[in-house]
Amino acid sequence: MKPQRPTRFTLLSGGRIVDPATGRDEVGDLLLERDRIVSLGRIPSPPREDVETLSVDGLVVAPGLIDMHVHLREPGNAEEETIWSGSRAAIAGGVTTMACFPNTEPAVDNDAAAEFVVLQGKRAGLANVYPVGAVTLGREGLRLAEMGGLARAGAVAFSDADRTIRSAEVMRRGLLYAKMFDLPVISHCEDPDLRGVGVMNYGKVALRLGLPGIPDVAEDIVLARDLLLAEITQGRLHVGHMSTRGSVRLLREAKSKGVAVTGEVTPPHFALTEESLLNYDPNFKLVPPLRTAADAEALVEGLRDGVIDVICSGHAPHSLEEKELGLVYAPPGAVGLESLFCVSYTVLSERYGFPLIRVLEKMTIQPAKILKLAGDRGSLEPGKVADIAVFDVSTERSIHASRFQSKSRNTCFEGFRGKGSAVHVFVGGRAVLRNGEFVEASGTPSAP
Amino acid sequence: MVPTEDNAGRRLEWGRKDLLGLEELSRQEILTILDVAEGFREVSTRSVKKVPALRGKVIVNLFFEASTRTRISFELAGTRLSADVINFTGSSSSTVKGETLNDTARNVEAMGVDIVVLRHPCSGAAYQLSRVLNASIVNAGDGSHEHPTQALLDIFTIRERRGRIEGLKVAIVGDVSHSRVARSNIWGLQKLGAEVYAVGPPTLVPRGLTKLGVRVSHHLDDLLPEIDVFNMLRIQTERQDQGLFPTIREYSRLFGLNSERMRRVKPEALVLHPGPINRGVEITPDVADGPQSVILDQVTNGLAVRMAVLYLVGNRMAAPPVVASSGARE
Repeated sequence: MKPQRPTRFTLLSGGRIVDPATGRDEVGDLLLERDRIVSLGRIPSPPREDVETLSVDGLVVAPGLIDMHVHLREPGNAEEETIWSGSRAAIAGGVTTMACFPNTEPAVDNDAAAEFVVLQGKRAGLANVYPVGAVTLGREGLRLAEMGGLARAGAVAFSDADRTIRSAEVMRRGLLYAKMFDLPVISHCEDPDLRGVGVMNYGKVALRLGLPGIPDVAEDIVLARDLLLAEITQGRLHVGHMSTRGSVRLLREAKSKGVAVTGEVTPPHFALTEESLLNYDPNFKLVPPLRTAADAEALVEGLRDGVIDVICSGHAPHSLEEKELGLVYAPPGAVGLESLFCVSYTVLSERYGFPLIRVLEKMTIQPAKILKLAGDRGSLEPGKVADIAVFDVSTERSIHASRFQSKSRNTCFEGFRGKGSAVHVFVGGRAVLRNGEFVEASGTPSAP
Repeated sequence: MVPTEDNAGRRLEWGRKDLLGLEELSRQEILTILDVAEGFREVSTRSVKKVPALRGKVIVNLFFEASTRTRISFELAGTRLSADVINFTGSSSSTVKGETLNDTARNVEAMGVDIVVLRHPCSGAAYQLSRVLNASIVNAGDGSHEHPTQALLDIFTIRERRGRIEGLKVAIVGDVSHSRVARSNIWGLQKLGAEVYAVGPPTLVPRGLTKLGVRVSHHLDDLLPEIDVFNMLRIQTERQDQGLFPTIREYSRLFGLNSERMRRVKPEALVLHPGPINRGVEITPDVADGPQSVILDQVTNGLAVRMAVLYLVGNRMAAPPVVASSGARE
């Protein structure tokens, strides 16, 4: 099918425009010209003919979300997700930009692999897809990967994904070397020995269920080490998926000392607790594990006072057959792209009273700054790329995995009722989601 | 000749499809099992050791972990109830690679099995199966989670010897952290009013266990004079290989029950062991075979308890005929 030639101008009229980068939260109009935002505010009926007007009355107009922690399983595990299916999941959730973690097969530890991820993203033609390059070759924690090549191929950060870099010296070198490209190292804070064979949080629930536990200090110890390394190297450290109150405290202390560090959290970790595992449901087996109510509260406080900068999905698709192995053998992780905003908004705004703009900030301008994308993305300022998500924050809906675009169904939020579904999504000025439906001709299946 | 009333003439209540653990059972349900077991114990003393309670029913013993005594006990219990009993022994590793536990179980169910007795190395396996199958699941040990029939036979044995559970001080000695026997005992004993102590080194008996309502002690000698029942868990040599304690020799010195320690215990104190015994490690031979040991009673009672459990879950659908025709409905 021949793509329709987009009109030159698009006017989103009458929406509640929320732009955390500028602090704007007011009803108004937003005018796009081709792939850019040209103006916003009260825009009188445009004089031109080639304007398509879309009424977004009663809806929230926000920068397209930036999810800086996803696993799209390509290359290597296309049965769980592909960059194409993951891109569709992203758009369905209002996410227009993703950073894809390198724990693929093979690992994204060289420029060719990074370019493949970028290329598959372009073939999918939906969201902006950026690779996260590995810190070390094969993610083995021994020798540094060619970070320069990875950065040139489009990497926006470095991480060994779900493996903690065991050697403090290798971590130190990684932080130092990444400074050349002014990109962050995203650390997975989990001491492998303290984790052992643990499958859930160490605590009362694990003791009751007879399951080996992962103590919270497994996270805190590695984070303390990495913060000290960030301090001496003056490198940029970003703390991946925080889960403990201890790590919130450590991050707060480091920030108050002026260490260049940022942190992220995923919705399950602040919205749920270890009690979710009482039914041995493998979909609640995560890394790091769901912790206690006190930890979840501390994470919310960290988000509130700005110690935690980012909310990301940690989208980790797994096939049904893998999760059917049962809690002990099933791999950890849950999908999250399609519930990211809905759960974050519902829990943080409705339960904890966060202003909407504070919630959006963690998924737009903050990750844009960390990944050095803020020149183009993460805001609605005139001149920026027109990546826009329009959300309905007044209608309550249920999350059902059966309706997901993702190839996998392993959600922590089956049946969750909340507000914040994506209605319209624009990427680079092009409408890819209209009234919750994918616009035809956007997104052809990925070629091999 | 099936028990439908307890000694006081109350109708025995049982509405569960499965027996997954003692944590979820009420005090009354535990008493029901114990009382039904009393009735079945007599069967073993007859010349014809069989009742027709489960005639026509099929029981499969689905064992993914090596076990001799538990499997034989269940097999004999099913046979004495006149059920058809099949044994399936699988290795869990092969099911990890290929067929999942759910698939194996669905296949078994497709053959018309009524009760699945499951032993599996993963905590939660019995719970997982109970949600997939219509057949009744009896947990014969899942990982470090629960081993309800073992705890029930322990409790049955204590009650038989001491006449009560309420108020007794029971010490569970050994690797409580990894023990399904310990967990089931903790829930069952607490529900019946006992005071439970967990005793062992902090690497095997962490303080966190107090969250389960037990008292934690790392010094067996301090407790000897006040404990009514010692339940000595089998110590796995692999825990030494994992470095959780230095040596078996030191473990035995600190936590083994020997004749010297027995001199300091109450004269009526009981010694239990779920077996198989590491003689000379957690318990010395003279104590294992001594007058305060009830280890072989446990084995005998295990049969009656397992008959009771199979009988109760096997008859959940229809009320026992005696009760149905008595018209004694409230």
